[in-house]
Amino acid sequence: MNAPVQMRRPKETGVPDNKKYLHPLLLKNYGNWKYHDRPRPGVLHHVSHNGDEVWSVRAGTQRQMDVHTIRRLCDIADKFAEGHVRFTIRSNIEFMVSSAKKVDPLIAELEKGGFPVGGTGNSISMIAHTQGWLHCDIPGTDASGAVKALMDELIVEFRREEMPNRVHLSTSCCEINCGGQADIAIVIQHTKPPVINHDLVANICERPTVVARCPVAAIRPAMVNGKPSLEIDESKCMCCGACYPPCPPMQINDPEYSKLAIWVGGKNANARGKPTFMKMVASGLPNNPPRWPEVSEAVKNILHVYKEDARPWERMADWIERIGWPRFFEKTGLPFTKYLIDDWRGSRATLNASTHIRF
Amino acid sequence: MAKKMHDTPNLDQLETGPWPSFVTGLKALARDKDYVVDLLGQLETSYRTKKGYWKGGTVGVFGYGGGVIPRFTELKDEKGQPVYKDCAEFHTLRIMPPPGMHYDTKVLRDMCDIWEKHGSGLIAFHGQSGDIMFQGATTENVQKAFDEINELGFDMGGAGPAVRTSMSCVGAARCEQSCYDEAKAHRAVLNTFLDDIHRPSLPYKFKFKFSGCPNDCMNSIQRSDMAVIGTWRDNIRTDEALAKKWFAKHTMDQLVNDIVARCPTKTFQLKQIKNVKSSPTISSVAINDTHAIEIDNRDCVRCMHCINVMTGALAPGKDKGATILMGGKRTLKIGDLMGTVIVPFMKLDTDEDMEKLVALGQRTIDFFAENALEHERTGEMIERIGLASFLEAMEIDVDVNMVSTPRTNPYVRTDGWDEEVAKINAQKDAIQNNKQQVA
Repeated sequence: MNAPVQMRRPKETGVPDNKKYLHPLLLKNYGNWKYHDRPRPGVLHHVSHNGDEVWSVRAGTQRQMDVHTIRRLCDIADKFAEGHVRFTIRSNIEFMVSSAKKVDPLIAELEKGGFPVGGTGNSISMIAHTQGWLHCDIPGTDASGAVKALMDELIVEFRREEMPNRVHLSTSCCEINCGGQADIAIVIQHTKPPVINHDLVANICERPTVVARCPVAAIRPAMVNGKPSLEIDESKCMCCGACYPPCPPMQINDPEYSKLAIWVGGKNANARGKPTFMKMVASGLPNNPPRWPEVSEAVKNILHVYKEDARPWERMADWIERIGWPRFFEKTGLPFTKYLIDDWRGSRATLNASTHIRF
Repeated sequence: MAKKMHDTPNLDQLETGPWPSFVTGLKALARDKDYVVDLLGQLETSYRTKKGYWKGGTVGVFGYGGGVIPRFTELKDEKGQPVYKDCAEFHTLRIMPPPGMHYDTKVLRDMCDIWEKHGSGLIAFHGQSGDIMFQGATTENVQKAFDEINELGFDMGGAGPAVRTSMSCVGAARCEQSCYDEAKAHRAVLNTFLDDIHRPSLPYKFKFKFSGCPNDCMNSIQRSDMAVIGTWRDNIRTDEALAKKWFAKHTMDQLVNDIVARCPTKTFQLKQIKNVKSSPTISSVAINDTHAIEIDNRDCVRCMHCINVMTGALAPGKDKGATILMGGKRTLKIGDLMGTVIVPFMKLDTDEDMEKLVALGQRTIDFFAENALEHERTGEMIERIGLASFLEAMEIDVDVNMVSTPRTNPYVRTDGWDEEVAKINAQKDAIQNNKQQVA
């Protein structure tokens, strides 16, 4: 008989205190900062009420990092930044330094190591993204690859601060949209109802749960080939894929028919107008690894038009509000199709209930 | 040395170009690990077939019910054996970051050592939920890795129908716009709900997020069930030296077009100094010898735009706190919902203030646990029962700041109107009496 294995009980310590990880100057001036400016793209210069100054140098990373890359970043932090770093919500890394003299050598070291410096102010920052084929159980596409391919092309704007306002991008591998709201978002859009593997449903899926999960009540229990399964009213199904996570035999992903859609104008800041949700402006783009060139072209086109046409401090949503949707579609050359007219609940609020028309 | 690499013609194309490449990183790990050699093999297959090959399952650590994202390969040969056997199990540990995602290199190196020993060596800083994602460990190694990460002072994050890992902005540590101690609030709230984080038993996920000002860098309004967004009640502060410094570097056109014209309520005005008004609610500051900015703070909605453009010259006031919004989420199931105002303002200065915030979170989660349908988020629950019913159950008084406009239809039964008015008047009287007693 084996002796019972003594399992280690977890220490339920929760969210760790960040005080021990703060750069000494951040700790000293906690809650006492007065203002900041940006001496150059990629660098924030914060001044505290007592006159202390700290320079933060921001660099892009690949987010999914191997330990060798992380150690190289640590080497740089030990050499220049008193051994402290932080990460932004968009997976950029920031090095805080206590002297202006350290900034240029730090930037040179980062760039030499392949970490582009930028992502501050009115730049295009790193793309918030999801896991995709690398780790997700329901992905329609990959995330890291599409992001890498697009950032290869947007790196110039990452390094500059020449956009009208900041630009946040995101990608998502299914319609759950873990990548989140953004000025421009790339999101999978399925175009065919799920293909059901009736042999597996009874064993894998809790059928009432799957039925309840459908936003349009298109799924109902059924006996298929003598086995309990599910069936879909395909005239109701709008191909959202909500049934797939609780029931993998409802295969929604399709190499051909899972397309990519582009959404614009999401903004979470309260600055100027209230926060906005993004709107779908294009769909039907092919899921084309390893570099998704059609998606990159479409995003770059919108960014180009926005950069040329928007006034200073207009976020994507502010710009479109000024020029109007007809001109957005005209300038970007994107077709406005019937699929872009909302018909979900609350959709009437998105219709033009006025004679406000730009000619 | 690991085994021979599989051909990866698709992934190889992601090693070109100037942006840091995750493929190059994976290949570096694959030099020492068969595990990652096979991971690259499976990922290359996905790139070729455009299909994902992971399925979930049940993997966890002793004492907790969640926080590990199990992944088993579904890429099998005709005999049902994994095509890439060395990465047949590729589980992720979600680990909660410190507020503001600050680290020292010692702890990062320790994390690397642990994950090199027990896992794939691939770590994401950070996942969309805010977690440090330790990606890729076998079922056997999950517990070993967690034990060491846990000893390092880090704890498991949330997954499934649980309170989820939270995020807070850089905040007071390095931002002049910070309106409360984000890190303190983050820890006070989250560490109250560790049981609900580690042992998933809610109707669905529940997310808190903490942003120090209305710029909402954590995107809390769109993606958290309870968003704590810093704001202030008193006047915008001004600094004449910095205002003049700003103007010296900019033009009158910029001031007018980029700030005056972009003020959402047009309360930001440019005036000749001699015409500037003075009142307890007005902030004003000279930008040169002839002109000044005048802001009537009663009409200011604390949008942050002018402060963002003229940081330092203008700053949030001193009577700081937070607005609490609830119900934000993305599409599934009923469609996107933005968080909406539940508490227009609460102070977060003292420990007692923090306790009130924690208590609000507790009441919300208790109500959510009791009343939400399975797989229903807080926003969907509020949508289903109506905000007024939610407020009544939560014993929160209605406030006109909770709506964009009053009702636009008459479909409401109002036979309790007089009682409601009497209740509101009684409250007003009580507040008035209190004030007089204090005076």
